[in-house]
Amino acid sequence: MSISREDIEKVAMLARIKVDDEQVSALEKDLGNILDLVDQLGTADTDSVEPMAHPLDAVQKLRADEVTETNQREAFQAIAPATEDGLYLVPRVIE
Amino acid sequence: MQWDIVIGLEIHVQLATRTKIFSGSSTAYGAEPNTQANAVDLAMPGMLPVPNENAFRYAVMFGLATNAEIGRRSVFERKNYFYPDLPKGYQTTQLAEPIVGPGYVDIDLADGSSKRVRIHHAHLEEDAGKSLHEDYHGMTGIDLNRAGTPLIEVVTEPDMNSAEEAVAFAKKLHSLVTSLGICDGDMSQGSMRFDVNISLKPKGSGELGTRTETKNLNSFRFMEQAIAHEVERQMDILEDGGEIVQETRLYNGDRDESRSMRTKEEANDYRYFPCPDLLPVEIDDAFIEDARARLPELPDERKARFRDQYSLNDYDAGVLSGDARLAAFFEETVQHGKDAKLAANWIQGEFSARLNAEEKTVADSPISGAQLGALVVRIADNTVSSAGAKKVFEALWIGENTDVDAIIEEKGLKQVSDTGALEAMVDEVLSSMPEQVEQYKNEDNPKKRKKMLGGFMGPLMKASKGQGNPKLFNEILLKKLEG
Repeated sequence: MSISREDIEKVAMLARIKVDDEQVSALEKDLGNILDLVDQLGTADTDSVEPMAHPLDAVQKLRADEVTETNQREAFQAIAPATEDGLYLVPRVIE
Repeated sequence: MQWDIVIGLEIHVQLATRTKIFSGSSTAYGAEPNTQANAVDLAMPGMLPVPNENAFRYAVMFGLATNAEIGRRSVFERKNYFYPDLPKGYQTTQLAEPIVGPGYVDIDLADGSSKRVRIHHAHLEEDAGKSLHEDYHGMTGIDLNRAGTPLIEVVTEPDMNSAEEAVAFAKKLHSLVTSLGICDGDMSQGSMRFDVNISLKPKGSGELGTRTETKNLNSFRFMEQAIAHEVERQMDILEDGGEIVQETRLYNGDRDESRSMRTKEEANDYRYFPCPDLLPVEIDDAFIEDARARLPELPDERKARFRDQYSLNDYDAGVLSGDARLAAFFEETVQHGKDAKLAANWIQGEFSARLNAEEKTVADSPISGAQLGALVVRIADNTVSSAGAKKVFEALWIGENTDVDAIIEEKGLKQVSDTGALEAMVDEVLSSMPEQVEQYKNEDNPKKRKKMLGGFMGPLMKASKGQGNPKLFNEILLKKLEG
């Protein structure tokens, strides 16, 4: 199965990864190979196999609803690029 | 052309757990920004989520209360999108295997009929943080205290056909989750947020029209207005021969305007996939039975009990049982005040009016049910008139004094019920109004006589400085004039 340039550009945009034109050609080939592998997997007979949500054959442990975390804002904000009034500052977002 | 309105709702309900869904950070409202956002909430590398047992317990309680199938196995998925209030770059949520399966809620309508609204499913997920778009040197401020707060998202079938039905459902759901104690119900703080899906179709047609989604309505009033607004907008387009574009819209309640947020073509592609950090969660019978044992009295049961136990009519029972805190307040009032009907009237009248006027909830009421109950006792035994009772209520409300009897004493609001004293006043007033007495005696029309009788009450209340018991005055007057 092949993948189109448009699909690559769309996936790159969704993942916020910058991809230039030369890279797209290389990706076309690489991602095409991966999709071929997926197609190959798709030919396996899985009728009697239950869908799997997780490779570990185990179930999730739950946690008691008790506060165990303390305020560490200062430590976290020491490594943030910009903060003010206790807020993390990020490039302006307008929707 | 006549149109059918078709409405489905998605409701985000913040769960009243002490901690977040995947971390041990507190969820208490109103803390300093980012003081309740730890390494897991901030998506620091290498952090692993561990789900909160209570979030599952509350979701199961919700499922049991809405007659739903409980998902004995539920799976978390990643919903991928980029926004700075979502540090991981994905929201951990459920999709194919949610914790709560199909259920339903019955709603009561104004015309006395009731209607069943089906719930498609309800799933557990995490809330995002908050973006503050005020100007921080051209940047946006992010507070992640809310990030990771547990939510259940309740998705209904498109079973509602008017704003009234949608609002009735929303109120019923509010009543349910607050009665269950799984949500504080404080809409002004975003504890419940509604997304409304609306479409129109020609009356009687079996085919659904194209729908729009209006997001993030956080009051019943805005929800009602937004629906009216969107129905009108779609109707105008359709009647002009246009087509509805499937899109997400934002409604501005202060201006009664809406605008497009994004259309289907620009719709996010969320690329859901099972979250590898979390194993499937299995809920066993013991967990479900434990949740069932925790179910309190639900609004429908409470309404029936209020009707039977307190002899309230259907309307009063409905209003007083709907909100868990109001119901508790009512019962406390009756416990101290004995007279349930009088208590019901005061709570729906003076008390509710005052709360509304000051935009307060029952939880912020400055007076207790016990105090209102004490006042009800004094109204019922004729110690105060209803006018006097309003003054007592006012004094309690503003905190002048906390004791009903002390207020009555202090303000001289005690009604005079001493028949001898009242009779003397009646004699005096009647002798000062001989013409009116004569007219009364010559009047044959009972309606007019009743009206004329009222004419003596003013002077009598004046003579008693407003403290005469009007009922007794009435009896004495009749005796003197008719006898």
